[in-house]
Amino acid sequence: MDFNLNAVSFIAEKNFSRLDIKKTYDIMILGGGPAGLTAAVYCIRKGMSTGIIVNEVGGQVAWTSGIENYMGYRHINGVELVQKFKEQVLQFGIDYEEGRRIESVSSGPMKGVVLDDGRSFSSRALIIATGKDMRRLGVPGERELTGKGVAFCSICDAPFFSGKRVVVVGGGNSAMEAVHDLAPIASRVIIVQFLESLTADRVLIDKLESYGNVEVLYEHEVAEIRGGSSVESVEVRDRKTGKTSSISAGGVFIQIGLVPNSGFVKGVVSMNGSGEIIIDCSCNTSEAGIFAAGDVTTVPFKQIIIAGGEGAKAALSACEYVMRLT
Amino acid sequence: MPLFDEKISAQLGDILKNMDGAVNLAFFTQEFECRICQDTGAFLKEFSSLSEKIKLKVYDFLKDGQEAGRLGVDKIPCICVLDAGGDDTGIKFYGLPGGYEINSFISSLLEVSGKKEPIPDDLMKRIMAVDRDVHIQVFVGLTCPHCPSAVAMAHRLALENKRIRADMIDAAVFPQLAVKHSVSGVPKIVFNDREEMVGAGPLAGFLDIIERL
Repeated sequence: MDFNLNAVSFIAEKNFSRLDIKKTYDIMILGGGPAGLTAAVYCIRKGMSTGIIVNEVGGQVAWTSGIENYMGYRHINGVELVQKFKEQVLQFGIDYEEGRRIESVSSGPMKGVVLDDGRSFSSRALIIATGKDMRRLGVPGERELTGKGVAFCSICDAPFFSGKRVVVVGGGNSAMEAVHDLAPIASRVIIVQFLESLTADRVLIDKLESYGNVEVLYEHEVAEIRGGSSVESVEVRDRKTGKTSSISAGGVFIQIGLVPNSGFVKGVVSMNGSGEIIIDCSCNTSEAGIFAAGDVTTVPFKQIIIAGGEGAKAALSACEYVMRLT
Repeated sequence: MPLFDEKISAQLGDILKNMDGAVNLAFFTQEFECRICQDTGAFLKEFSSLSEKIKLKVYDFLKDGQEAGRLGVDKIPCICVLDAGGDDTGIKFYGLPGGYEINSFISSLLEVSGKKEPIPDDLMKRIMAVDRDVHIQVFVGLTCPHCPSAVAMAHRLALENKRIRADMIDAAVFPQLAVKHSVSGVPKIVFNDREEMVGAGPLAGFLDIIERL
């Protein structure tokens, strides 16, 4: 029996107060992943009046089982690292809001942030560090059948597909991880890959042959997911011939990469074609006083340690900006 | 052989020092044909030895049927979390809270002991306004990192309002029940066998559903 204990979260002193709608903050940080939490530590230490709005603490890091490339820890699990980040922010005390999505932001000399519950906050500068979220297929049946056979977390949900035929959509590392969770227990795993080859790391692809119940459909895409109370079949289209066929399956794991959480800032700052916020090397966006950091930006390479560093940089740029105002 | 290694025992001991008052655990089990019941029993014995504030009482599901009935226990293994006075809090764990669920288990014990994080006023008002019986079943898997927060939220609701009771259910231990509620993703949260939600939403999301039951 394993125990995945998050010791820090229980010992850390609770030092968060709620965001105050009447207050004008110096800096408001949007996002609670490595970039946002690092930015928070820098802003508070500079004596800025700081608020932070978090949807899910840790973001993608909390979804990662093992991390071996964050310095200081030879191996640490994602949830544990997130708790350590949060604890480090906690020791200073900050105005904090968790579990909320951002509806919109506005620019101008005073920036505004509106939450999904209608409350709005104002600050002199903004740091956007809202990261990325799992990409969805956007096909009929996907939304309706989520939790009814359509799944996104293989370490959570693989056990429910024991003895079933399962489709894994995608050809990258996260798709292969899902295959490795599923192949030992599912009757058959069918990988539907958009491209003509798999893009995962070699070590993960080499392991596929050892299972004997995994097949790959290259250059295919999912057109529809069908089912009543649960998934029954997946309609796929051959990208070369345009022909569609139906795969009978009890489950679909969608692992097709990530999309930036930047919808709420559309039209306010410039973005590239994939929706990443364009930043310069000081984390400035196209709008004065709005800074951005981490996976939501055009920074090359999305890594925990890079996001953390970018968060620090955005915070220092924002502090400089606020100090020049006064 | 002890279940917890030295490091985890020490960490658990430190965490449990934060308990304010005592907590009673009523464990329902049977001696035969239930391997997981025995494992859960061993887990609880070891866990409760880490703090003198945790008082464990073991009941036989059949022989102590009256007590099981009083607490609404309908399957085993079941851990009921009772307050210092032995009164029901509405918090139950069906299965062994191992893996990631150790966190929701500790969180419930701390909260029942009186060590609670404040809930914002507006949400608290909504919780107190619930005036019908609500039964929340949270289906989990022990390898699911997001499940404990859903369990902890459901249990917190139960703790704050007597009309609400909340169960953690390990879907692997109660497969028939999981099939009955078509669980194919966790956490899956079922309200009064009628409404459901997949994934760990915020507290307000739980209340949105409870209010329309």
